[in-house]
Amino acid sequence: MSGLPPYATTGQRIWYYAFRVICGLIFVFLIAPILVIVPLSFNQQPYFSFTNEMLTLQADAYSTRWYWDILKNGMAAPEAIEGWWADMWQNAQWIRAVKNSFFIGILATILATSMGTLAAVGLSRSEMPYSKLIMSILISPMIVPLVITGASMFYFFSYDFNPMNWFAEGETAAEDKWQIAFTYGGLIIAHAALGTPFVIITVTATLVGFDKSLVQAANSLGADPLRTFFKVQMPLILPGVISGALFAFITSFDEVVVVLQMATAQQRTIPRQMFSGIREQISPTILAVATILVIISIGLLTVLELLRRRSERLRGLSPG
Amino acid sequence: MNLKSILIGAVSAIAVAGAAQAGTITVVSWGGAYTKSQVEAYHKPWMVATGNQIISEDYNGGLAEVKAQVEAGNVIWDLVDVELSDVVLGCDEGLLETIDASILPPAPDGTPAVDDFIDGAIHECAVATIVWSTIFAYDTTKISGVSTIQDFFDLTKFPGKRGMKKQPKANLEMALAADGVPADQIYAVLSTPEGLDRAFAKLDTIKDSVVWWEAGAQPPQLLADGEVVMTTAYNGRIFNAFAAEDKPFAIVWDAQITDFDLWVIPKGAPNKELALEFIVFSTDTQRLADQASWISYGPARKSSGPLIGSYATKPDLLMAPHMPTDPENFKTAIANDFEFWADNADELNERFNAWLAN
Amino acid sequence: MTDATSKGPLTTADGTPLKRKLEQAMFASRLRAFGLVAPLLAFILAVFVVPITVFMVRGFHNPTYETYMPKSTELLLEWDGVSEPTEEMAAAMVADLIQARADKTIGRAATRVNQEYSGTRSMFTRTARKAAKMEAPFMAALVKAHKNWGKPEVWQAIKVAATSWTPAYFLAALDLKYKGDGSVVWQVEERQIHITLFLRTMEISLIVTLSCFALGFPVAWLLANLKVRTANLLMILVLLPFWTSILVRTTAWIAMLQGQGVVNDLMAFSGLNQVILQFMLLFRDYGDLKLASLCSNDVNGVLATGEATLQTLSAQAADAQTTCAAEMVRIYSASGLEAAVAQAGALKAEALRWGYGDERFSMIYNKTGTLVAMTHILLPFMILPLYSVMKTIPPAYLRAAKSLGATNWTAFWRVYFPQTVPGIGAGSMLVFILAIGYYITPALVGGQDGQMISNFIDFHMRKSLNWSLAAALGGVLLIIVMFLYWLYDRVVGIDNMKFG
Repeated sequence: MSGLPPYATTGQRIWYYAFRVICGLIFVFLIAPILVIVPLSFNQQPYFSFTNEMLTLQADAYSTRWYWDILKNGMAAPEAIEGWWADMWQNAQWIRAVKNSFFIGILATILATSMGTLAAVGLSRSEMPYSKLIMSILISPMIVPLVITGASMFYFFSYDFNPMNWFAEGETAAEDKWQIAFTYGGLIIAHAALGTPFVIITVTATLVGFDKSLVQAANSLGADPLRTFFKVQMPLILPGVISGALFAFITSFDEVVVVLQMATAQQRTIPRQMFSGIREQISPTILAVATILVIISIGLLTVLELLRRRSERLRGLSPG
Repeated sequence: MNLKSILIGAVSAIAVAGAAQAGTITVVSWGGAYTKSQVEAYHKPWMVATGNQIISEDYNGGLAEVKAQVEAGNVIWDLVDVELSDVVLGCDEGLLETIDASILPPAPDGTPAVDDFIDGAIHECAVATIVWSTIFAYDTTKISGVSTIQDFFDLTKFPGKRGMKKQPKANLEMALAADGVPADQIYAVLSTPEGLDRAFAKLDTIKDSVVWWEAGAQPPQLLADGEVVMTTAYNGRIFNAFAAEDKPFAIVWDAQITDFDLWVIPKGAPNKELALEFIVFSTDTQRLADQASWISYGPARKSSGPLIGSYATKPDLLMAPHMPTDPENFKTAIANDFEFWADNADELNERFNAWLAN
Repeated sequence: MTDATSKGPLTTADGTPLKRKLEQAMFASRLRAFGLVAPLLAFILAVFVVPITVFMVRGFHNPTYETYMPKSTELLLEWDGVSEPTEEMAAAMVADLIQARADKTIGRAATRVNQEYSGTRSMFTRTARKAAKMEAPFMAALVKAHKNWGKPEVWQAIKVAATSWTPAYFLAALDLKYKGDGSVVWQVEERQIHITLFLRTMEISLIVTLSCFALGFPVAWLLANLKVRTANLLMILVLLPFWTSILVRTTAWIAMLQGQGVVNDLMAFSGLNQVILQFMLLFRDYGDLKLASLCSNDVNGVLATGEATLQTLSAQAADAQTTCAAEMVRIYSASGLEAAVAQAGALKAEALRWGYGDERFSMIYNKTGTLVAMTHILLPFMILPLYSVMKTIPPAYLRAAKSLGATNWTAFWRVYFPQTVPGIGAGSMLVFILAIGYYITPALVGGQDGQMISNFIDFHMRKSLNWSLAAALGGVLLIIVMFLYWLYDRVVGIDNMKFG
C-alpha cells in the first residue's frame, strides 16, 4: 500500500487516511512519553509538571539545575572549589551509580558474551546432542520472572560457600564467610546469567546464514580448529556477537529487580538509584538522568543499525 | 592503542574507584528532607572533620531489612535511624548491638548525657536524636476550615482523596481518635479485639479514597501534585515543604502521634567502631540543635533546646512554633505506645495487609 | 583397503573397523560441540537452575521452629494433633521458651508459629518473659500467662510449625490452610488473597496482551507495507522505546498521567475531559457526577471559601447560574451555609468516586496506570515478531484475492490475516509471559489495585520475611510461566525468537 491507486473509491480513501491517522496516534503513544521528559528535565521548579511559565517559553522557567544535581547529590562539600572533582568522584550518588552500572555491566557482558558465543556455536552444530533441551535451559533466564530469579539468587548466594565452615561449631566470623550476596561478584554473575540468552539468540541467528563449507575449506587448507574459529567463523558472526553483547550490556544496564535484592547502597546502579528516586521523591533529577539515558539509547540504536547493515552486506543478503 | 587495552584500562580504573575504602560507613535513614537535615547537621561536618565517607541509604522504616541481613549473616548496614518500638523489638530479638550510654558526650554545662537526654531517649541498644510526630496536613488553597481529626475521616464535608502511610501504626490510633476515643485511652481500646475492629471499621469508611504512601517524602509530593487533599505525614516533611519550597500547606496538630527516632547498630555491622564514633559525634548538644534548624523535629537533648533559633535559610522563620512539643500543638497529642507496637506490630501488619488486599 | 576381499567389515588403514572409527569420529565431534556448550551450561545450572531449585525447596521446608525449640518439637511431632495436649508437652514448651528467651531467638520461633496462627507472636514473647518463674503444673501456668495456650487449635498450629517439611506454604499460596490434624480447609474469607491476586495478575496480563495486539497489528502492517526507506525511519519510533530503560519509561508515564500531568493538562485545556465525561454519561446516568462535572468551578469555590463564593453566586442572575450553582444557592438560602457546603461536598465526592475530580481523571497509582505503562513497555515485543512475519507475506496475495472478486475485508480476513497468525502467536505469548511476572511498573505506578503477584513475592521476600511463602508463591507462578514457555516452544519454537 505504498500509495493510493487512482481508481480508489471514496470509502477506500477515507479508510486509507483514517488508518494512517490511527497508526500516527499509536506512534505518538510510543514516542511521546519519551520526548515529554526532555523539556521537563529543564524545569526550574522541583516538580514533574509543566508550569505556565514553561508553556509560555519564558527563559527563567528553564534551568539546568537538575543536571548539576546529578553531579552534586551526595557530595560532602558541593560548594567547595578545592577538591571538588575528587569529592564528586567519590561521593556523588549518581556518579557512583554510573560507575557501578558500567563496572557490573561491562564484566557481565564479557562473561555472557564469551560463554554465550561458544555455546551458540556449539548448539548450531548438527552433531550437538540434546540441543533442543539444552537450548531451552539456556534461554530460561529470559523467561523466568525476575522476582523469582532475584529471590532465588539472593537466598542461594547468602549461603556460606567456605567449606572450612561447613562442619565448624558455632558462629563463623563475617570475614571468614564466603558469601556472594551483596558483593560485586554476585551482581556480575547474576547479570551475566540474565544476559546470555540474548547472546545465544543473536549469535544463533547469524549462524543460520553461515556457510559451513567455509569452515571445511579452512580445515582442508590446514588451519587448526582454533585458527578456523577466530580467522574464518568469528569475523562473519561478529555482528551477531556484538549485537548480542549490546543486548547483554543493556540487560545489565537496565536491570533493577535483582539489584534491588542483592546490592548494597554502595553497589547501586543507575536504574536502582532511579527506582528509589521514583519511590521516595520524584525530583526532576530523575528526568535529567532519563534524558541522558534516552540520548544514549539513540546512540546505541545507531550502532545497532550500522551493525545490521554491515552484517547484511557481509553475508550478501542485501546489496548494502 | 586498540579497543582491548582501552577497555581493560577503563575496567580496572572503575574497579579501583568502586572498591570500598577504609573509613566508610553506611548510614540508613528515611530519605528526603529528613536525610537532608541529617546530612547538613551530621554527615557533612563529620566527613570534613574526619575524612571518612558516609554512604547514605534510604529506607521506609521497620526492621525487615535489618532482620533479613542479620538472619542471613550478611550485614551491610552500619547505622540505622529507627522508631522506638522497633528498637524494643530489635533489641529483644538480638538484632541490635548494645550501646554504652557513657560514651556519649556531656552537655556544655557538664551535665552527663544520661541526665541531659529526655526520658526514654536512651535505650540499651539505641540513642535518640529527635522527637517527631505523625500529623495530617492539607493544601490551604484547596480546602479550608479543617481543624480536627474527625475532618480527616469526613468525606462529605471534605471530599477528596486522603494520603495515609501503608501501615497500621498511627492509622489505627487516628481512626480511634476520630471515632471519639480520648487520647489517653487509645491504646487501652486498641488492646481489645473490639477496639481493633472499631479502628478498622473506621478506616473502612475512607478506604476507597485513600492513596497509600510508603516513603516520608511522598506526602508533600501528593499534596503538591493535587493527588490528595489531605494526608498524614511526618510533621517535618510538611514544614520543609512550606519553609523551603513555599508550599501553601497547613498542619493539623489534633491527635498528633509523637515518637522518637533513634540510632541503632545492627548486630554484626561491618564498621561498628566507626558507627559508634559517628553516634558520639552526631548526638552532642550542638549537632542536635543544628539539625533542628533544618527540619522541625525536637532535639532529644534538653540542653539543645535553648540553642534552637530560626530556619537555616530564613532568619525570620522561628522553629519553635513548628515543633511537635510546642505547648499549643501538644494539647491533644498521643504518645506512641512503643510496647504496644513492639508486641503487636507483626500481627497488626498482617491483618492490615490482608485488609488492604481485600 | 580390504573391501575387495569382503571377508570382514570395512576397516581403516590402521585396521580398526570403519564403522567404529566413524562412531569414534562422531563421538569426538559431538564431544567437541558439547565442550563448547559446557561452560555456559555449567554456569547457568550453577547460578540459575540450582538456586531456583533450592529456593523452591524452601517452599516445602522451614526448620525455624525445630531449630530454636527442639524439646517441644520432639513431643509435638509424636502428638496426634487431636487429643488433649499433655502436661509433658507443656513442660517441654516452658523449657524451650526459657532457653529461646536467653538466646534471643524467641522472636524467630514465635514469628514462625504466627504464620500459622495469627496472634501467637505476642503470646510467645509475653509468655517467654514469664517462663523462668513458672512452676508445675506447666499447662495451667501457660494458660495463666496467656489464655490462648488453652486452645487446642493453637497447639495444632504449633505442631504444623514444628514440622519442618510441610505442604503448608504451597497450600497457603492457594488460600488453603493445613491443620495440625492433617486436614486441609479453606483459609478464612478475609484472608483469602492469593487466588484473587493470581486472577488479577492473569487479568492484567491478558488486557495488556490484547491492547498490545490491538495497537501493534496496524503498526506492524504499516511498517511491512511501506517503502523500505520510510519503514526503516518509522521503525526507529518502535525501536527507541525498546532500547530505552524501563525505569525511564515508567518515569515518563508518571509525568504523563498524574493529576497535574501532561495528559490531564491537555484534556483540560482542549475540553476533551468534558467530552469523555459526557460520553461516559451517555451510557449511564451517574446522577450527581453529571451535576458536579457541569460546575466543578462553583463546587470547588464553595468548598474552598464557603460563604464568599455562595454570595457571589447568589448575586448572579438566575440564568447565568449553572444548574448546581442554582441548587447550592437554593439550599444556602433555605437551610444555611452548612447544608450548602455539604451539598457541594456530596457533589464532589460523587465525581471523585468515578475517578474524576477537579476536571481531571486519576490515571496513575492505580490499575489504569499499570495497564497503560505496561502496554507501552511491552508493545515493541508484539510489533517486532508481527512485523517479521508480515514482511514475508507477498502483497500479491491480497491483490490476487481482490482481482478474484474478494472485498477488501474478505481479502484481509480470509487471505492475509491467517498468514499472520504465527506472528500473532509469537508476539502474544512473549508479551503474556513477560507481563505475568512483571514487577517494576506495578510497584511504581500500580497503587493498591494495580499490584501483581510478583509484588507480593517481593513483599514476602523483603518485608514480611516469610521466605517460604515467597518461595511457594514463586513456585506457583513458575509453574504457570513454564507451562506457557512450553506452549511457546511448541507453537513458535524458541529458536525462532528474534530481536531488533
